[in-house]
Amino acid sequence: MERPVRPELVCPAGTPAALKSAVDAGADCVYVGFRDETNARNFPGLNFSRKELEDGIAYAHGKGAKVLVAINTFPRAGAPELWHRAVDDAARLRADAVILADIGLIAYAAGTHPDLRLHLSVQAAASNPGSIRFYAERFGVRRVVLPRVLTVQEIAAVNAEISPIETEVFVFGGLCVMAEGRCALSSYATGQSPNMNGVCSPASHVRYEEQAGGITSQLAGFTINKFGQGEPAGYPTLCKGRFVANGKTSYLFEEPTSLNTLAMLPDLVKAGVTAFKIEGRQRGRAYVAAVVQAFRTGLDAVMEGRAVPDIDLDRITEGGRQTTGAYERTWR
Amino acid sequence: MTVQAKLTLGPVLFNWRPEDLRDFYFRIADEADVDTVCVGEVVCSKRTPFFAPFLPDVVERLAGAGKEVVLSSLALIMTGREAAQARELAATEGVLVEANDVSVASLLAGRPFVAGPLLNVYNEGTLIYLEGMGAIRSCLPAELSADVISRLAAAARGDIEIQAFGRLPLAISARCYHARSRNLAKDGCQYVCAEDPDGMAVDTLDDEPFLAVNGTQTMSYHYLDLLAELDGLQARGVRRFRLWPQHVDMVAVAALFRSVLAGRSDAADAAGRLSGLCPGAEFANGYVHGREGRLLVEDDL
Repeated sequence: MERPVRPELVCPAGTPAALKSAVDAGADCVYVGFRDETNARNFPGLNFSRKELEDGIAYAHGKGAKVLVAINTFPRAGAPELWHRAVDDAARLRADAVILADIGLIAYAAGTHPDLRLHLSVQAAASNPGSIRFYAERFGVRRVVLPRVLTVQEIAAVNAEISPIETEVFVFGGLCVMAEGRCALSSYATGQSPNMNGVCSPASHVRYEEQAGGITSQLAGFTINKFGQGEPAGYPTLCKGRFVANGKTSYLFEEPTSLNTLAMLPDLVKAGVTAFKIEGRQRGRAYVAAVVQAFRTGLDAVMEGRAVPDIDLDRITEGGRQTTGAYERTWR
Repeated sequence: MTVQAKLTLGPVLFNWRPEDLRDFYFRIADEADVDTVCVGEVVCSKRTPFFAPFLPDVVERLAGAGKEVVLSSLALIMTGREAAQARELAATEGVLVEANDVSVASLLAGRPFVAGPLLNVYNEGTLIYLEGMGAIRSCLPAELSADVISRLAAAARGDIEIQAFGRLPLAISARCYHARSRNLAKDGCQYVCAEDPDGMAVDTLDDEPFLAVNGTQTMSYHYLDLLAELDGLQARGVRRFRLWPQHVDMVAVAALFRSVLAGRSDAADAAGRLSGLCPGAEFANGYVHGREGRLLVEDDL
């Protein structure tokens, strides 16, 4: 596959219906996962069976779109077969690429399926040219999803050093504030983590408690936030809670907020980014359709040299709040 | 009877005054019963220049005292300056380097190195790949269970090291939470992380101790204590245990771990004394028991 001449819009699909919505709304690529712990959105009721993937790939290919399969948790010692089988099946069903994070699994994929296109998952947190070249030179990885730790300037510097390896960045959706794949906060509290189980702050450990004056949201018994009467109670994602440190109560790590870089697309294209990724395999069809349409419009505008239109995505962002995250230096 | 496991003193993760850090290492060199001492800034590259002038003396003193010295790398390398620091570290001759980022492991390929605890070694495939590159020792991530540890130990050609004491490094970020807690940006952080030599406690809104912040790093509030698990882990093939330095009498902490490893002390008795050495600290050991990391599990391994 040659380097794409125009940037690709990479869109999430947690269900076959969302895959169709994304393709119909203008996605160049759709990324999906199998219905098990091999992917980092291992949520109940989500993801694809082998048959659904086969049908989804047929639908996407029929409309000129690609399907990427995320197998981006870290295989459990003693049980790598589940992850190997996921890679084998993605290759057999002619997925356009697999998105992997674990060195051992990447070595397996490169050795077993030399023609399978490999992308490096954000969960590998390859944040510098040396790490990126490691995966490219040793395993033939073609594209790296950059961790959400770099500024636009740093991304441009990375791209200048690693060409022709492609980079993909997140442009919209949920936001990790920790370097992805390098965070065990969830397992510290709940016993389940993104790296091992494909979940963070899992719903099974969430409780909302009515108290005088409002609602308390808890994760594994820890109070993550409190909301006043009439205030909407947000989901208790561990790093988006309010905590007390040094005598001060604050959103110490991050506010409940969503990444939105629509206005920044021209800068990211100029920085040499090849693919633009929307987070949200756990989100419904309406979300997927709205966000994909907005970014399709934005990306087309950039490529045609027009200004990016201002599209209101407030109603689908977390807490109605938006950030450009680590892409701007002041975020740090 | 298997060979007694060795003790590694991990790198100091906190921002201690350079002179205090030097004196800490001098005392470790002279008095601490540990086999290996890791030195180097892991958390924030902004701290690195301050200790650099003291580093050669510290390495010399430790080596002179018969300790194996390991130079630990940064965990999160983002800028050209940080990458250059890593290249310089990897080019150091005559000393073992610990890679805490894949780029550093890549630079060290072809010579012996240590795979650090902040690399993601979760399974045999990755372990064996890194050993093929030259890893002679792998300190495993914090969140692994004893079952996973024993599988990795069985697959390893080199030594498996397990974190056994201190606040657990749980996450690393580009953002500095110490600076953020004082309404400062990372660029103008005023090095406020130095005010908390054991990290800044993070409580829930219900005043429950939960986490600790060390600059860009988030740690457990609880101190890991695997004194009671040392035997069980040794029986599963673990060859080394890592003690993370806290602002306590680490010479005495190391002596406690040594005495349990050597069978001179009872683990329960030692745990009581450890508590005395770390006033106010709470302890946890959940991960090796396959549970939430924050829990203190009393079952045998």
